[in-house]
Amino acid sequence: MLLIPCPWCGPRDEAEFHYGGQAHVAYPADPAALSDEEWARYLFFRDNPKGRFAERWSHTAGCRRWFTLTRDTATGVFESEAGA
Amino acid sequence: MAERLSPLAGFEPVSAESLRIEEIPFLTQLDVRVDPKSRAAAEIGLALGVPLPTEPGTYASGDCDVLWTGPDEWLVLAPPGAEGLEGRLREACAGAHVGITDVSAQRTAVLVDGPRSRDLLAHGCALDLHPRVFGPGRCAQTVLARAQVVLAAREGDAFMILVRSSFAGYLGAWLLDAAAEHLLD
Ligand SMILES: [Zn+2]
Repeated sequence: MLLIPCPWCGPRDEAEFHYGGQAHVAYPADPAALSDEEWARYLFFRDNPKGRFAERWSHTAGCRRWFTLTRDTATGVFESEAGA
Repeated sequence: MAERLSPLAGFEPVSAESLRIEEIPFLTQLDVRVDPKSRAAAEIGLALGVPLPTEPGTYASGDCDVLWTGPDEWLVLAPPGAEGLEGRLREACAGAHVGITDVSAQRTAVLVDGPRSRDLLAHGCALDLHPRVFGPGRCAQTVLARAQVVLAAREGDAFMILVRSSFAGYLGAWLLDAAAEHLLD
């Protein structure tokens, strides 16, 4: 199980969190102007890197805040831990 | 008049040398949401007699306990029947951008005390509850036996567990089951 460093509560078991997928996916400035394909790309297409990945997490069983963390998808190590 | 029943009304308290478990029913509980840097937060602190703690995972005690539950959220625990408290807090910060909600019926409280309390909780809680890390004045929202709880460390070996009313029966039964091995000696 991952030990996820909540910026408020500190390290907690993965089971206390809800995963929010890739971070920094910007909402289209003018959604109505997008083609169906562009809209589908915004809704469903995400990066799937091996390595650094910025993700959204919500500490649902704890402080219930959303935050962004960068994790190495190959090792499961979060950057705040690697730097600590 | 209708009799008021707590979520653990049928719970048989445990009272042994090694472990004590009992419900503390009907606490007055208020959820307070306010910007901690605002004037309203200071006014609420004055009205409570305890400043809102800003360090995550801690609580402050006076006439009531004020638990940190988020960067802009606190849970106030007061004795049963403190109906006037909500109104007093509202008055203290009238007109300001705050949320004060009575959540007394949301959870009930269970007190676990005795030299084996940490062993008991460790059966279902991943947090380090050693007094060096989680001593008096510390609190946490976490899971105990998969049920969402608010845990607060009291003096000595005592812990207050706040559990949602609909989960209280399950958690009470789990505590009794987990306590069995600590009641033998
Ligand atoms: Zn948290």
